[in-house]
Parts: sequence; structure tokens; C-alpha cells
Amino acid sequence: MSGDSQRFTRLRLEGVTRRFSGTAALSGVSLTIEQGEFIALLGPSGCGKSTALNCIAGLLPLSEGSIWLDDSRLDTLPPQRRGFGMVFQNYALFPHLSVRRNVAFGLQMRRLPRGEIRQRVDAALRLVRLADQADKLPGQLSGGQQQRVAIARAVVIEPSLVLMDEPLSNLDAKLRLEMRTEIRRLHQSLGLTTIYVTHDQEEALSLADRLVVLRAGRVQQVGGPEDLHTRPANPHVADFMGYRNLLPMVAGPRGGATVLVEGGGLRWHGTPVGDINPGQAVVAAARPEDVRITDPGDPSAVPAAVEVVEYQGREVAIEARCARGTLLHLRADRRYAPGCPVAVTVDPERLLVFPAGAGNGEEP
Amino acid sequence: MAQPAAWRHRMAERGVDWQLLLLGPATICVLGLFVYPFCYGVGLSLQPEGGDVLASYRRFFTDAYERDTIWTTLRLALPAALFNVLASVPIACRMRGRFRGRRALTTLLVIPITLGTVLTAEGLLNYFGPTGWFNRILLSTGIVDTPVRLTNNVTGVMLSLVITGFPFAFLLIGSYLAGIDPALERAAATLGAGGWQRFWRITLPLLAPGLATTFCLTFVLAFSVFPSAVLVGDPAGTTRVISIAAYHAAYEAYDYSLASAIAVIMGVIELIILAAVLGWRSLLYTGSTRGKG
Repeated sequence: MSGDSQRFTRLRLEGVTRRFSGTAALSGVSLTIEQGEFIALLGPSGCGKSTALNCIAGLLPLSEGSIWLDDSRLDTLPPQRRGFGMVFQNYALFPHLSVRRNVAFGLQMRRLPRGEIRQRVDAALRLVRLADQADKLPGQLSGGQQQRVAIARAVVIEPSLVLMDEPLSNLDAKLRLEMRTEIRRLHQSLGLTTIYVTHDQEEALSLADRLVVLRAGRVQQVGGPEDLHTRPANPHVADFMGYRNLLPMVAGPRGGATVLVEGGGLRWHGTPVGDINPGQAVVAAARPEDVRITDPGDPSAVPAAVEVVEYQGREVAIEARCARGTLLHLRADRRYAPGCPVAVTVDPERLLVFPAGAGNGEEP
Repeated sequence: MAQPAAWRHRMAERGVDWQLLLLGPATICVLGLFVYPFCYGVGLSLQPEGGDVLASYRRFFTDAYERDTIWTTLRLALPAALFNVLASVPIACRMRGRFRGRRALTTLLVIPITLGTVLTAEGLLNYFGPTGWFNRILLSTGIVDTPVRLTNNVTGVMLSLVITGFPFAFLLIGSYLAGIDPALERAAATLGAGGWQRFWRITLPLLAPGLATTFCLTFVLAFSVFPSAVLVGDPAGTTRVISIAAYHAAYEAYDYSLASAIAVIMGVIELIILAAVLGWRSLLYTGSTRGKG
């Protein structure tokens, strides 16, 4: 499908703020999205990501700020004049219309000739591999099929922007993986600029070109998947990106690129993120897969006792408690019996040290 | 201990549920208080004092004064029911969502239900009557020279039917509307549909079966109109509705057979209208009104 409506180069959000009865769900979000990008808005529930999407779609008016499509102001237009395609979390398929008429709806609203509508609907249904279900009602389809209809309905109008609001959250795990690949495939073949809202970091990492992490209505970090995965900007982003070990500690002296941190019976070297001064309270963050069981003779090894063991296929997830009560999440390649004493360590470049409180206040 | 559970399970497998026996007393009441009197009435209508089995029915249909009560009633009930349904739709649509004063407004719209027909009639007579405030205002502002006749005629009964029937229609349609997923209209908006198109193409088709049901209920209420036809109508002439005809036959002419025949005719006419409306309803989409099937 080739469109003439997607001729824009960038979408700009400038200080977008949305308040609900006094409390800000979104405060001062500024963001630029280039044409063809796949952007994921990522954050825990209540972080404002769906609010942001609804503001862009025009379903919620802004309290402050503006949205621009190149040089034309967008936030004053009603949703029906923005020409964006939106995929809703609960699909929002019209239950009384057949699959074909659901997909045709947007084209009918654009008063296109009958023949062209038919052609484009057929093409869109082939794209999502539902050509043989065209005459069924949505209620007769499975969840995954309904989701594909919703996607076809949003992309058939060749929108300048596709907005997706947690489209996979109602599907089971297997289908979710399949649809994820499907959405990525669609984006690669159609090149439609996409904003994708999710609370699933794995989904966001695998789909998006760029991720925007939101917390309490504020942008915490914007970056590519690798950036966020390896260099989270603050403990909140780290927490969200799978750094399950977030340890309150105190910074010691710096040594080259690393800094010594101590606390809770642990004494490790880590990589500082931002300015860390000796004696400062810090949060040390490490992923479970970066905490290793090691030889007790290792100088950085900390003794701990295995508490919980979860089998996860190729590896096991372990919760181990150190002598001073600190709980560590780690991975191992074999089972350990609960109560088994182990020695654990983490490489200095894999232990990120943030100033305590980073990311709590205004944006850095 | 496992024995009785297993036995109950075996009976359940055969479709026998002994808890249904609890419906027994209610069934007896329905039989005694509704089914028996109904059959008795049908029987009465077929036992006229003179003539053959259908003589009462023949008398009703050959006497123009009696026969015309059907049209008199339909002329009141159909427009009243239609108006109640059609007026409720835009109001109920506007009342969706949360806004300040919603509860107060709903209360105001629904309160006539609690008033009862007689109180409503009394109010209508006082307010819309020849010397009521309404006419006095019209007269004093010089809009009319002689009082407008709004009571003791068809208009009065119509006003009464609307005042008492509208709250039912409004409440029912409001709950049907609340059952329609608001995401559907939002989806339609993102696909380019303006307010009217969203209403015509999405909300109305999903609401239509509910409108049909609401119409049936308000029609039945209006068709059996009696008190307001007497109190604010013209019960000897233009608002001599079919229930007045039945009342006259039974309690003034003491012709129970004719009265029963009229009651049966009344029921049959209602059933015909309901069958027509529900037949139309069955052609509509009546499934889920959620966006996710």
C-alpha cells in the first residue's frame, strides 16, 4: 500500500500536559517523532502513557502544551480530522459490522469510490491474513484474529501515524509473541510511523526503534533499545528495564572508572551513572542475569544462602539472602537446594551506581 | 457423605434440578391469580346473555361507537410511545459520561414516575387548564386572546402519557446506552467519523434493539391508559379509549361478557403491535455491544 497522506517529516509534542481534576497525568512531555519511526511509550500502569496516546489521537484535550505535525498545529483538531489510525486495547471492533465493513469504515468516511474501498479492504485483509474471514462478525473470531482486524482497520486508511494502545495485553503468551512479530513485520513492510504504548519492557525492546520511558507523567529517558537496556538513566528506569536488584548503599572512594559501594553486608565495585561523591547515598542496580555464583575465594564474593529456586527452562532463577538480610535475585545454570550456601558476585561494569533519589524530582 | 452429592450430580446430568421445586409456590400464585382469571375472562366473553358464542365480539365490532375506541386508543398510545422513545434518545445520549449536576438532572427527569397518574392529572388541570398559570401567562402577555384548550381533550391525555411514560423510556434507554462500549465511538472518531456519522452508523444500530424493547414497554403502558383519559381527557368523546369502553360495559351496563370480550380484544391488539415491533427487532443485530467479542 502506498499512501499520499503520510507526507510529514516529524511530529512534535511540546510541553504536553494533561490534568484530571487537578492532578497531572502527564506533565510537560516534549518529544519529536520522525517519519517512519516505531516509538514505544513504556511505563508502569498509571504513568501517563495511555493519556499521552489519547492526547495525540485527539480523544483527550490537552491542559497545556501543543502538538505539531510539521508546521501545522494538531491539538486543536478533533480526532476525526487528524487522520491517524488507532488500535485499541480491547480492539473496539464494531460488533454489528462484518470484518469487511469494519475495515472499510474509515475508507467510507473518506467517501472513496466503492471499487477502491473493496480493493484496499481486500489488500488489508490479505496483509493480516484474514481474507477468508471477511464476512464474519467480530464476535465469531478469536482474540488474535480480532486484534488483526483492528490492525487492518487502522492501517487501511494509510494513516500518517498509527497509535497502538497495549494491543497485545489481552492475548495469551503464545499469541502475544506471534502478534509481536506480525506487528514488526507490518511496520517493516509498510513503514508507517507508529507510537506503541505498553507496560511490557520486552515487547517495547523487541518492537521499537526508540523507547520513551514515562513515570508519573514525566519522561524519564528516551533512547534506543540498547541504550535503555544497558544504560538506564536512573533507578526507576533501571527497575523498569529488569534491574531487579536495587540495593540502597553508600558510595566509597572512586577507583578509575569504578566506584566502591558498601551496604547491607555487600562490598562491590560498580559503574557510576552521574556524579557520585564518597559518602553519598546511592542505589546500586544489577540484573539477575548479571549476578553470578562464583568461587568462595573470589575477593568480591559475598556469602549468601539460597532461599527460593524457580525453574525457567535454560536456567534457574534464584533468590538468595546475604548474611545481613539483603535479598539478591540471580540466575544459575543448575538447581541449588534451598538453604544451600553460595558465594555471589557481580562484575563492576554490570553494577550501575545511581545517586539515591535520582529521577524523583524534576527532569535532569 | 459422597452418596447424595453423586446422586444430585446424576440427576443434574439428566437435566433435573430439584431446586426448581422452590418455584412451586410462585407458580401456584401465578396460576391462581393470573392464568385462572384470564381463562375465566375468555370464557365469559364467549358466554353472552343472548346469541351465539361470538355475539359479544360481534356486538363490539358492529357498534361504531365501541369499535372506534380501538383507533382512539392507538391514536394516543402509538404517538405517545414513539415520542417518549425518540425524545429519550438525544437526552440519554447527552447524559452519558460524568458531569457536574448529572444526578440532580436525572432525578428531575425521573421524578414523575413517583407522582402517579392522579397527581399528574391534578397538576395538568391546574397548570394547563383554562384558568391555569400557563394560560394566564399567555393571556397576560397578549400571545393569545382566548385560553388555549390543553386539558379535557386529546392533548391533555397525551401530555399525561408523556409525563408518566418518558421517565421509563429515559431510564431504559440510558441503561442500554451505558451498555455500549464508549471505545466504539472513539474508534469511529479516529477513523474519520464526525458526531452524526458516529451516531447513525455505530450508536443507533447498536441501540435499535433496545429502542424496540423500550417502545413495546411504553406502548403497553400507554395503551391501557385509563385514569388520565378520564381525568384530563374527554372520556365521553375524543378520548373514549378502549379501557373506558370495557369499564362501561362491566360496571355501568353490567354486561360482563361484552366487557371480557373488550379486554380480550385489547390484549390481542397489544400482541399484534408487539409482534410487529419484535419481528422488526429480530431483523436487527442483537449481539454484544462491546468492542471485544
